[in-house]
Amino acid sequence: MADSAAERRSPAAAYAARFEAASAGGGLRLAEIPFLTQVDLRVDPKSPAAERIGTAIGVPLPVEPGTVASGGDLEVLWLGPDEWLVLGPDGAAPDLVARIAEAAGGEHVSVVDVSAQRTTLAVAGERARDVLAHGCALDLHPRVFGPGRCAQTMLARANVILVAGEDDVRVLVRSSFAGYLAEWLLDASVEYVAGG
Amino acid sequence: MLLIPCPWCGPRDEAEFHYGGQAHIAYPDNPAALSDEEWARYLFFRDNPKGPFAERWSHTAGCRRWFNVVRDTATNEIHAVYRVGEPRPVTA
Repeated sequence: MADSAAERRSPAAAYAARFEAASAGGGLRLAEIPFLTQVDLRVDPKSPAAERIGTAIGVPLPVEPGTVASGGDLEVLWLGPDEWLVLGPDGAAPDLVARIAEAAGGEHVSVVDVSAQRTTLAVAGERARDVLAHGCALDLHPRVFGPGRCAQTMLARANVILVAGEDDVRVLVRSSFAGYLAEWLLDASVEYVAGG
Repeated sequence: MLLIPCPWCGPRDEAEFHYGGQAHIAYPDNPAALSDEEWARYLFFRDNPKGPFAERWSHTAGCRRWFNVVRDTATNEIHAVYRVGEPRPVTA
């Protein structure tokens, strides 16, 4: 049998060249970050299991809505009062799921590897938030949506998770919407790259 | 468009939400004991006030939680937002 890792293709792989061309000016950089590990975790935040899981992965689960906790190569995104998304590097899923499941013990906890559900589009540069503002109703100014913040919302009518950085925002989008959103991002960024 | 303050995520566009009808409709204790008319009343009959109305909304494009909103059906003004299980706040 062929190695399945050699055959896999990320949802926005076809846009790599156009992302690169749009990034040439420097004010805006578009890229796909493929194959990141994503593990969906549901647990009662007040249960002992939640605390044990936080210890096991080295990151306490954030309880404030819309925040991100990070440690090591993991990030934990708040998705709901009893739901989190754990982000990690490619290939970390089996170990991560096993670690969380072990820490959960026999308690009522759901741990699901959802790495293939979404891909990550990185929108970076000083124009990043301007581009996203074309299709997103949230205030994305770093003053309110800076590092350590995340949000589930709609970008150009597609459901996304936004993860804020210093001068970048990562857009986690469902695989089947990745092509649409890539086209939309390229279209929305035209005015910022034409002069560059 | 309404700006609905989700009790978890804060103010968001109406387009991120789904409507769930009148709030605080309790499931009958013993449905089998109801007459057809009583069952039909439970299933289909809802208040239709002009003014403050307690209704359910779900933040489907965000945290996916159900919560309750007291909205004025005539002006669309939102008087209160509260989580499931909390009592309806007293509003003017």
